[in-house]
Amino acid sequence: MQTTLSHEFSPRSLWQRWRWLIWLVVIIAIYSWAIGGLQFTGLQASAKEVSKSIANGLVHPDWAYVYNGSGEDLSTLTLQTLAIAFLGTIVSAFISVPFAFWAARTVHERWHLRSGSGKVMLTLIRTFPEIVLAIMFIKAVGPGSYAGVLAISIHSIGMLGKLFSESLENMDRGAEEAITSAGGNHAQVFALATVPTIMPEFISYTLYRFEIAVRSASILGMVGAGGIGTPMIFAIQTRNWPRVGIILLGIVVMVLLIDTLSEQLRKKLI
Amino acid sequence: MSYPEMPQRPWSQRHHVRAIVWTLVLIILLALSSWATGADFGMFLANLDQFTVLLVQMAHPAWDYLSVIIQPLYETIQMAILGTTIGAAFAIPFSILAAHNLVSNKYLRGLIRFVLDLVRTLPDLLLAAIFVAVFGIGSTAGVVTLAIFSFGMVSKLFYEVIETIDMGPLEAMKSVGASKITIIWYAVLPQVLNQFVSYFLYTLEINVRASTVLGYLGAGGIGVYLQRSLDQFNYSATAMIILATLVVVMVIDGVSNHLRRVLL
Repeated sequence: MQTTLSHEFSPRSLWQRWRWLIWLVVIIAIYSWAIGGLQFTGLQASAKEVSKSIANGLVHPDWAYVYNGSGEDLSTLTLQTLAIAFLGTIVSAFISVPFAFWAARTVHERWHLRSGSGKVMLTLIRTFPEIVLAIMFIKAVGPGSYAGVLAISIHSIGMLGKLFSESLENMDRGAEEAITSAGGNHAQVFALATVPTIMPEFISYTLYRFEIAVRSASILGMVGAGGIGTPMIFAIQTRNWPRVGIILLGIVVMVLLIDTLSEQLRKKLI
Repeated sequence: MSYPEMPQRPWSQRHHVRAIVWTLVLIILLALSSWATGADFGMFLANLDQFTVLLVQMAHPAWDYLSVIIQPLYETIQMAILGTTIGAAFAIPFSILAAHNLVSNKYLRGLIRFVLDLVRTLPDLLLAAIFVAVFGIGSTAGVVTLAIFSFGMVSKLFYEVIETIDMGPLEAMKSVGASKITIIWYAVLPQVLNQFVSYFLYTLEINVRASTVLGYLGAGGIGVYLQRSLDQFNYSATAMIILATLVVVMVIDGVSNHLRRVLL
């Protein structure tokens, strides 16, 4: 009996054989566009000098700035930064909950008016960079940490609302069905099934968002919205590198501490 | 036959001690931080009319401003592409040194990871402010900022990928006496390349977003115009910049999402 191979190796098509070349051309084109388009100022004549004094300032930080009792020192302003991040995150966490229910797609349709409009709303909020929000709020309430709080709480609604609504979409509906089948009404389903199921995830996302907010709060001061960013930008502008060094150190320690703490708490939650 | 005893809730659980303590802690922290930040909701409401004027202006974007900002928008994308590439290139050796299945020296690994953690704590705008002081106002400062920012992020993503690879090919090559470099080139890289490219694109998306505000501190790109329009109280131009940025971010996200789906 003669067996014939039912299918021969089909020769690779022209596209498959030369695909890599096309990719290569595309990538080279993108990079030449990117490199050619930028005007590199090159190193300034003073760059070496400046780098040297920065390095010098970073290894000899201005320790006296850590606490001097003036209320404008590192420890006071670090605490203020944390307060801005904390208040902003908590406020936005509460406001995000209704937004999340608005935007969650719980009905299996491709386009749903309620959730669709909610998602557009959240995207619209997220579009505004935090810095722009901060400047807008400075116009409304004057420079200071309150503007920072408002900027962070509004910006976080966009992020938290999205995360919350996604966790509502993916949540386990078993508990809700159990309460419904036992004769519970809507309010009971919500209080006894929805809230306990979703709470750990909401809190975990809020903690995660707090980590990000601490970083944001430490730079919002650069535009005048309170916190450690204000002395930082002053120190950079006046070339006070030892001061920059100690503030950088303060920010790094603060962020590392908050990240570790929040990670531990989140591990406990889930 | 003895029945098992009914489970009893301890005193602290019966009286919801934990919940009460957490709520109290939360309230105290909230009170402390609203005191520290001088948050005053009434003040916001009192100045609401001013804020509404601003929002109304923003609702009417200056469409003709688009011709002014198209060039800086390109510059923003160019900065993001170069910054991400440089950062990712530096991230590859560091991520290999930080992966526990490739480097057995605990102290070297710990040191590298600690450095990466430190780099990741620095916010992008802070780096931009410092590099503007070093390199002067312009896109060079932006590219360096984005390179360092993405270096921190990409190396963590990369070493986590490396730690999930199949060790079989590595052992096979080691048993025939291949050198470390050969093993990394022929057994590690082919396994991780697709994911590396995918994470690279993801970082590029984040960097495009980040690069739009870097210019605010003088680091080139569209942010320069953002600052100009805000300083001149020209909010309809600000709105146009935000809209144009949104479109760019959405296009980059779309392209990158498509490519990542093809890759994985």
